[in-house]
Amino acid sequence: MSRRLLTGNGSAAWGARLARVDYIPAFPITPQTEIIETIAEWIDRGKMTGRMVTMESEHAMITAAGAASATGVRVFSATSSQGLLYAMEMIYSVAGWRTPLVLVNVSRGISAPITLEPDHNDVLAARDSGFLQIHCSTCQEVLDTTLMAYRLAEDERVRLPVIVNQDGFYLSFTREPVEIPDSRPAAEFVGDYNPENMGFRASSPSSQAVAVLGAGAYSYFRYETHLAAREALSVYEEVAREYRERFGRYHPIVETYRTEDAEYAFVMMDSFATKAKDGVDRLRESGVKIGLVRPRLLRPFPEEQLCRALAGMKGAAVIDQNLSMGKGGVLYTEIASALYGQNEAAPLLASFIGGLGGRDISAEEFYEIAATLQKAVKHNRAPRPRLLYTVEELRAMRKLQAIAHVERHGSKPGE
Amino acid sequence: MFRIRFHGRGGQGMKTASRILGTAFFLEGYEVQDAPRYGAERRGAPIFAYIRADRKPINERGIIAGPDLVVVADDSLVPLPAAGVLQGIREPTVILLKSCESGATWRQRLNIKNPIVTLPETGEAEDSAELRYIGAACAGAAAGVLGIISRESLAQAIQEELGRLGEAVLAKNRANALASFDAIKKSAAVNVTEGGSIPAQPYKRPAWIDLPFEDARISAPVIHAGLTSVEVRTGLWRTMAPVIDYSLCRGCWWVCSTFCPDGVISVRDNQPVIDYDHCKGCLVCVAQCPSHAIAAVPEKEEQARKKAVAGEAS
Repeated sequence: MSRRLLTGNGSAAWGARLARVDYIPAFPITPQTEIIETIAEWIDRGKMTGRMVTMESEHAMITAAGAASATGVRVFSATSSQGLLYAMEMIYSVAGWRTPLVLVNVSRGISAPITLEPDHNDVLAARDSGFLQIHCSTCQEVLDTTLMAYRLAEDERVRLPVIVNQDGFYLSFTREPVEIPDSRPAAEFVGDYNPENMGFRASSPSSQAVAVLGAGAYSYFRYETHLAAREALSVYEEVAREYRERFGRYHPIVETYRTEDAEYAFVMMDSFATKAKDGVDRLRESGVKIGLVRPRLLRPFPEEQLCRALAGMKGAAVIDQNLSMGKGGVLYTEIASALYGQNEAAPLLASFIGGLGGRDISAEEFYEIAATLQKAVKHNRAPRPRLLYTVEELRAMRKLQAIAHVERHGSKPGE
Repeated sequence: MFRIRFHGRGGQGMKTASRILGTAFFLEGYEVQDAPRYGAERRGAPIFAYIRADRKPINERGIIAGPDLVVVADDSLVPLPAAGVLQGIREPTVILLKSCESGATWRQRLNIKNPIVTLPETGEAEDSAELRYIGAACAGAAAGVLGIISRESLAQAIQEELGRLGEAVLAKNRANALASFDAIKKSAAVNVTEGGSIPAQPYKRPAWIDLPFEDARISAPVIHAGLTSVEVRTGLWRTMAPVIDYSLCRGCWWVCSTFCPDGVISVRDNQPVIDYDHCKGCLVCVAQCPSHAIAAVPEKEEQARKKAVAGEAS
C-alpha cells in the first residue's frame, strides 16, 4: 500500500487497474480524458493487462462496453456530460441487458450554454436508467468506490451496471493524498468475474435482451431490474463492510458528519460536501448544532438510511448542484418523498440550488443557509427555494447583456 | 493552512510548478491539495494553479479566494484584469514575481504595501529553449520563500514529478529550481503566514438576490452580431512572436497562411502579413516556412523593437 498525491482521474484509473479489467472501450471528453490517457499509458508500458479500443463515439463506446460485458469479461469505461448524453440510448439498453460494467462519470454541466465545469445534471439524466449511481466526495473515494462497484455490479443478486460519479475539476484535476491498495489484496477483494449464464459468443448464437414480448413480459423485466436495484442496498452494505475489514476504510451508503446531537443538517452530494464539513465545524464553534448528511448512493435511493440520519432533527437544508427545469432541486424532491408519510415528525426542509456550472459556494453562504434554516424552523415555515446567486453576479451578467444588446441593436436596453 | 496561487501563461509550466511544490509539501509531512485551473486549453492564455497545504486533512475546495502567497511567472500578466493576479490579496499576502524590476518598483506601480519578492529573469529572454524551465524555477523560489521546505524535499519532488522526462530535462529543471531556491533564501527576508478559516460568527452575509423573471427576448443566451471574436485580442497571449524577414521570404504565400491554425496570416501585395492583434504565438508558421524566413522572437524584445521604431517615426 502506498499513499501518494493522485487526481480524481488518476484514482479512477487506479481503480480500473486494481480491478484487473479486461476491456476498456474509450472516447475522450474533457474533463475525463486523463483517465483513458493514464490507462493507455499503463497498457502501453505493460503495467496493466486488458485491451483498450478507442471508439468513434460514446454511443458506440457504451454499446461495445455492454456487448463485451455480455461475453463475460470485466469492462471499464469513463465519460462526462455531453458524452453521457450522447450515449443515453445505450445507457438504458445495457442496463436492460443486465451487464455489470462500471462507468466513471466526471460530472460537467450540460450545454447549452456550454461549460466545462461541474454540476450534476449530466449524471442525473441517467438516474432512471437502471445504472446504479455512487457519488464520491474525495479522490480516495473514487478509487475505493470503483473497486467496490465491481463487487456490487457483478453480484448475482444485482448484476446491473454502475456509474461512479466524481466532479470535474474539483476532483478530476485535483490531487489529494490517496492510499493505493496493493494489487494482490485488491485482486482478492474484487475476485474473478463469474458471468454465470452470460456467455455471448460469436461461435454459439444466443439472444441477449430479447425482443418485445408484450406488456406482461416487458413489465416483468423492467420491474425485476428495479427490484435488483433495490436489492443492491443490502449487497452494497456487505461489500462496504468487507472493504473496511480488508483496507480499513468504510464508505457508507449515507455518510453522516457530526449528526449525533444535531438539530440541523446540510444535505448534499459529491465533492462540494467536504466544503459543507468545514461549514459544520465553524458553525459548531459558534454554537449551532448542525451536521452533514451525504447520500453516496443515489440509485438505489436509500430512503431508510436518510430518514434515520435525519430523524429527530428540526430542519434540513438540501443543497442541489442540479436543476430540474420547471421543478427545482432533484435531491430535495427525492428527500421530501422519502420523508413524507414517515411515522416520526420529519424535519422542516429548505431547498437551495448552488454550484451550477461549477459556481463556488462560499463559507459565508453555508453560514447564511444555516441562519435561513434556523429562522424557518423558528417560524415553522419553509422558505422559498433559493438559487445561490449574488447581486455582484447579476451585475456582471447585466454587463454582458448590455454588450450583447448593443451589438444586436446598436443601443443599450431601454434606450 | 497555506493557500498558494501560481499565475502564468499556458505552456509556462504552472501546473508542473504547483505539482512540484505540492509534492514537496507532501514530503514534508503536510496534507496537500493541488490543482490547475483552465478553460479551453490554449498556449499563452493566462492560467493559474493552486495549492493548499495543512497539518490536518483539507476539506476546503475550489479556487483560492484569499491567498497567503501569489507566485507570478510572467510579469506581463499583472496589469491584465482577466488574469486576476492580485485577486483577494490581503495585507500579509506575499507576492513572488518573476521580473527584471525590483519589488519596490512594483509596490509603487501597483500602489500596494504587500511584500513583493522578485526573481530576476536569467537569460531566458535570449534563449527561447530556456522558457520551459520557468515552472521549476518558480516552484523552487516559492519553496525558498516559504522557508519550511528543505532543499532535499524540493529536489526529491522534482525527481518525482519530472523523472519520467529523462535525466537531461530533470537535471536542468533541478539546477534551475535549486538555484532559485538558494537565491531567494539568501536575499528574501519575508514571512509567509498561514491564513485561518472564515469564522461563522460574525460573518459577512452574502448579498443574495432573487433572480427576476425575464422573457426570452432578454434571457436566451444569444448574441446576434457577427465577428465578435475580432474584439478579443488573443495577441495578448503571446510569449513568442513570429517575425517575417521579407528579404528571405520567397513570396510563395500559401504555406504559412494555410498552416496558421488561427487564420491570422493574410496575403497583401503577394506578401504574407501577420495580424499581431490575434496571433497567439503558436509558431506553427516558423516550423512550416520552407525558406526559414520566419523567426521566433521573444515577445518582450519584439515589443521593445516596435516601441523604438514608433519612437523614431514620431
